[in-house]
Amino acid sequence: MPRPTSRFRFLVAACAVAATSVFGIAPARAQLTIDMTRPNFEPVPIAIADFAGSDRVGAEIAQIIRNNLQNSGLFRVIPPAAVIEKNVNANAVPRHADWRGIGASGLVVGQVTATPGGIKVDFRLWDVVVGQQATGLSLNTQSAQWRRVAHIFSDAIYKRVTGEEGYFDTRVAYVSETGPLNRRVKRIALMDQDGANNRYLTDGAGLALTPRFSPTLQEIVYMGYAEGPPRVYLQNVESNRRELLGNFPGMSFAPRFSPDGTKVAMSLSQDGNSSLYEMNVRGRSQRRLTNSPGIDTSPSYSADGTQIVFNSDRGGTQQLYVMGSGGGGEKRISFGDGRYATPVWSPRGDFIAFTKIAGGQFGIGVMRPDGSGERMLASGFLVEGPTWAPNGRVLMFFRQQPNAAGRAGAVSLHAIDITGRFERQVPTPTDASDPAWSPLIPQ
Amino acid sequence: MSGRTNGTPKDIKMFKFKMLTAVAAMFMLSACADQAAVPAGGATAVAPGSIADFRQNVGDRVFFDTDQSSLRPDARTTLTRQAEWLKRYGNYQITVEGHADERGTREYNLALGDRRATAVRQFLVAQGVPAARLKTISYGKERPEVVGSDDGSWSRNRRGVSALQ
Repeated sequence: MPRPTSRFRFLVAACAVAATSVFGIAPARAQLTIDMTRPNFEPVPIAIADFAGSDRVGAEIAQIIRNNLQNSGLFRVIPPAAVIEKNVNANAVPRHADWRGIGASGLVVGQVTATPGGIKVDFRLWDVVVGQQATGLSLNTQSAQWRRVAHIFSDAIYKRVTGEEGYFDTRVAYVSETGPLNRRVKRIALMDQDGANNRYLTDGAGLALTPRFSPTLQEIVYMGYAEGPPRVYLQNVESNRRELLGNFPGMSFAPRFSPDGTKVAMSLSQDGNSSLYEMNVRGRSQRRLTNSPGIDTSPSYSADGTQIVFNSDRGGTQQLYVMGSGGGGEKRISFGDGRYATPVWSPRGDFIAFTKIAGGQFGIGVMRPDGSGERMLASGFLVEGPTWAPNGRVLMFFRQQPNAAGRAGAVSLHAIDITGRFERQVPTPTDASDPAWSPLIPQ
Repeated sequence: MSGRTNGTPKDIKMFKFKMLTAVAAMFMLSACADQAAVPAGGATAVAPGSIADFRQNVGDRVFFDTDQSSLRPDARTTLTRQAEWLKRYGNYQITVEGHADERGTREYNLALGDRRATAVRQFLVAQGVPAARLKTISYGKERPEVVGSDDGSWSRNRRGVSALQ
């Protein structure tokens, strides 16, 4: 496989969208549409036939789409065994009544064709309730990129059915953890959101923590214990070239890119006091953002880049504060019981997700940027570090089991939708913590 | 606070225990001094001024209360002993490691460990250890000493360790 981050462009990306309305027909069946913000939605039943034209790749693409849609919690994928026809003609109109007969509202068909430059893959989503094509897409690409094609198709299906942008054509950076708890090896790892193409960006010689993506996905920032005090590093994910981001005498940590990728906000410690600074990535100029005697850390920019939410114990306990992105005007927004940490602003701007510690338990929750509407989504012995999918409707975080009898409790990544209804473990080759969900991969 | 139990009775017990250790250590120190005069030293003796001497007879670490970086009385006692020893044996550089327990978030605990290491460093400097000999590093919650998810383990992981080089 080529490096997962290698840029590639689709030679042709023709979108064939047919009429999408369901006017005039009111069947007493599940619709091929879903409002995921309603608490009692029913997952959409959908059948996905193996793609025609290629033995292996066609079946694999279909399986990736099945996994993506099933894992979203918004779809109920009808098992392949129930799919009526094995080699569905991707260009023919399906027999809608037959598919309705096995309980499907939607049917996905597709085919893979060899081209001189690679492969051409197309798919159609049929709304078998109304008997019309709902959407479709045709992509020409290199043969090795078939996994990405499957993710892009999944995003198109998700968008058509939910009305929200998809998030399947994305990656996740995280901290891979191996070895005993008191001598753990912690490396930065990178994988596709479904766990494929896992690889390591640091060698494990020094602890590496808190990876965060640049908006282009070409670079990450993280905190590493390479030499001297632990500090923030900037690393290209293709060349693995690494550089120190600012040469400060003390520890630098908790980095995060601005939405336009030109700046990184982070904490610097001086004489035991941690304050927020902003660093220009290219020019390396810096400015101080906070100046309090407390711990100021975990900064996260608003989607429009005009504000920063952060974590501070200036008032006695850890709470969340919002300020202008140039510093100043700090305003506390968290007022519930307990301590609040790791705030992250949704890419949509409508929520701030956070970790909350109260009553001996940890929780993952969301609140509006003014602090209202706090809602807890997940809780446990230790849950920490939420990160947003680019559509702002799904979060990933990590969950650690208690340690017992000198043995480390397992730590793993989990995804949950914004209603808190559907949580699932995200598979990783090793124990994993501190996920960072990338934006959609640029096409 | 976090709703964690601080386990005050246990802390007092630990404190008493530490005092006993300190008395024992003083006794061992004098024993070592005696042995130094006698060529055939005991197998368990450590050389005065060695890193092992510092660890065993002075104590290389102090402990903190939950989410706190202020030095407790037992910590001040240990650090006063450390300062005396470090002034006597001037050939060591010291890296003060600050650690936190697992009941906080990763980034905040890095800052908390930094605060703890700085509190230890500042105390040692105030006791006359040259600042140029002392560095600090925070490991946050990444390097627990004791693997366990209970108050006893957490109280031993909230620590400042003076590592000699």
